[in-house]
Amino acid sequence: MPWFKKERHLLTDPRKVKFPEGLWVKCNNCRGIIYRKELVRSDKVCPKCDYHFPISVNERISMIADEGSFHEWNADLSPKDPLKFKDTMRYADRLVKNKEKTGYPDALVIGGAKMNCQPLALAILNFSFMAGSMGSVVGEKLTRGLERAKDEKIPFVLFSASGGARMQEGVLSLMQMAKTSAAVARFQSEKGLFISVLTDPTFGGVTASFAMLGDIIIAEPKSLIGFAGPRVIQQTIKTQLPKGFQRAEFLLEHGMIDMIVERKSMRDTLIQLLSFF
Amino acid sequence: MKEYLDFETPVMQIQEKIDQLKDLGKTNSRKLDEIPKLQKKMEELQREIYSKLSPWQITQLARHPRRPGTSDYIKLIFEDFVELHGDRLYGDDKSMITGLARLEGRSVIVIGHEKGKGVKDRIVHNFGMSHPEGYRKALRIMELAEKFNKPIITFVDTPGAYPGVQAEERGQSEAIAKNLWVMSQLSVPIIAVVIGEGGSGGALAISVADQMLMLEYSVYSVISPEGCAAILWDDPAKISEAAESLRLTAKDLLALGVIEDIIPEPLGGAHYDPKKMGELISKTICKKVSALELIPPEERVKQRYERLRKIGAYTEPASSPS
Repeated sequence: MPWFKKERHLLTDPRKVKFPEGLWVKCNNCRGIIYRKELVRSDKVCPKCDYHFPISVNERISMIADEGSFHEWNADLSPKDPLKFKDTMRYADRLVKNKEKTGYPDALVIGGAKMNCQPLALAILNFSFMAGSMGSVVGEKLTRGLERAKDEKIPFVLFSASGGARMQEGVLSLMQMAKTSAAVARFQSEKGLFISVLTDPTFGGVTASFAMLGDIIIAEPKSLIGFAGPRVIQQTIKTQLPKGFQRAEFLLEHGMIDMIVERKSMRDTLIQLLSFF
Repeated sequence: MKEYLDFETPVMQIQEKIDQLKDLGKTNSRKLDEIPKLQKKMEELQREIYSKLSPWQITQLARHPRRPGTSDYIKLIFEDFVELHGDRLYGDDKSMITGLARLEGRSVIVIGHEKGKGVKDRIVHNFGMSHPEGYRKALRIMELAEKFNKPIITFVDTPGAYPGVQAEERGQSEAIAKNLWVMSQLSVPIIAVVIGEGGSGGALAISVADQMLMLEYSVYSVISPEGCAAILWDDPAKISEAAESLRLTAKDLLALGVIEDIIPEPLGGAHYDPKKMGELISKTICKKVSALELIPPEERVKQRYERLRKIGAYTEPASSPS
């Protein structure tokens, strides 16, 4: 046993989202070149166009919850391969690969937390795990979380980032939309407050179920949010999409969300909102 | 438009021969003698082909151009149908039919996707792909059902929600999500019958039910085999594999615990005998409505929640700390 244990955890934490290596990073929105250190300093927000880069689950928790207050629920709930699905790769292998990549068994992290000493349920969809797609585990964890928040009479705050329902679990994924929406309905019928925060990107079966059912819906600036993906729409209508289509600002303009909140003021905004209820 | 599928061709050829013989029989009655033999041959062939249909072939049957749709079943199953139009917010989506009807004497609410027949009619009905106003019309009618305590029967037959600019602008996702929310809370009996194609969120938006039924050759899936092949295989030619992998047939859904029952179809599929198909659906839903009406409303909502609650496959260590 060595005398000094090298603390490698911080450098190789697999739970950290993969962030482009190198000194410079290209913005997903304005395509501008940003100095990497500057991007990290600004909570991963593009200084040129205000685009909010995806962040890891841990980064999100530390930005939102009181320090050390988050404790995960149902952390061991793990996916199965009910359809024995195989495309170019077996679903079972894909799951293993994504677990290794992210350090989590599936795409939703949920738990109890405190914000300004007030308890709440905090759920975060992890886009790094199979594009944050919803299969049975995401549906079940979210449903259990909503049931628990209902029993404990605490508000429910959710950060979404997802490509939609997970194809590899077929119709079982589709039915999670109904299951989670039913759980939201029960929670809200008991006067539970549900704040849904949409981040870049949130689509398909996630927007068409719980994510758009928030009592209050917030989005991060410039996030792409919609039902059908822009490529699918373009293939269908065969004309150019309008400028800014499906961006958070577009949704605000069309009355689909309550507000757009910058990452740096997200925690304060949430605290302020909760204080009204 | 081609009105029959590749695997139907051998059957159609015999059918054509029978029709020819019938014509000839008008002048030469001896020609008619051959018909029973041919008919028997046709049935045998049909039974053989249909006993080993692949999931992709079943998908094709579910989308068959001659397959009866919601408007056909409304005529075949109900009396006194009165169509109700519009969502009171934006417009009247013709891909969704809603109205009042009588089922064996009791008044019910009927909601269903309509794909349309023939090119012109299909365009009018947008091929069964609804915009938000379609789902909101369905929602309005469901709330009417709740207010006056009428059972809801829905017919599911859509490739999916329409992926377009206006649909997004008017809140396609919110419209679908809201329906899932409300349907899970309604206290009246809800029966969903998948009659053809159950495509993703657009299908789910009218199929949160106490009892979900599928016709033998209908499909219900999170994504179309075409879409799945394009995304996961990056190869549109892999449709058949995708259809296989997705487990989208009625038998699959019964095995996965997503539906309660399969309604068998006449030999060759619903389009060979729509009247018989209508009778079979009618018999099943009458029985189901009667059974559901015996359950107290609160209990029905609870059971509907439990029904959804148990769908899914996951593992969990025996003593999961939380």
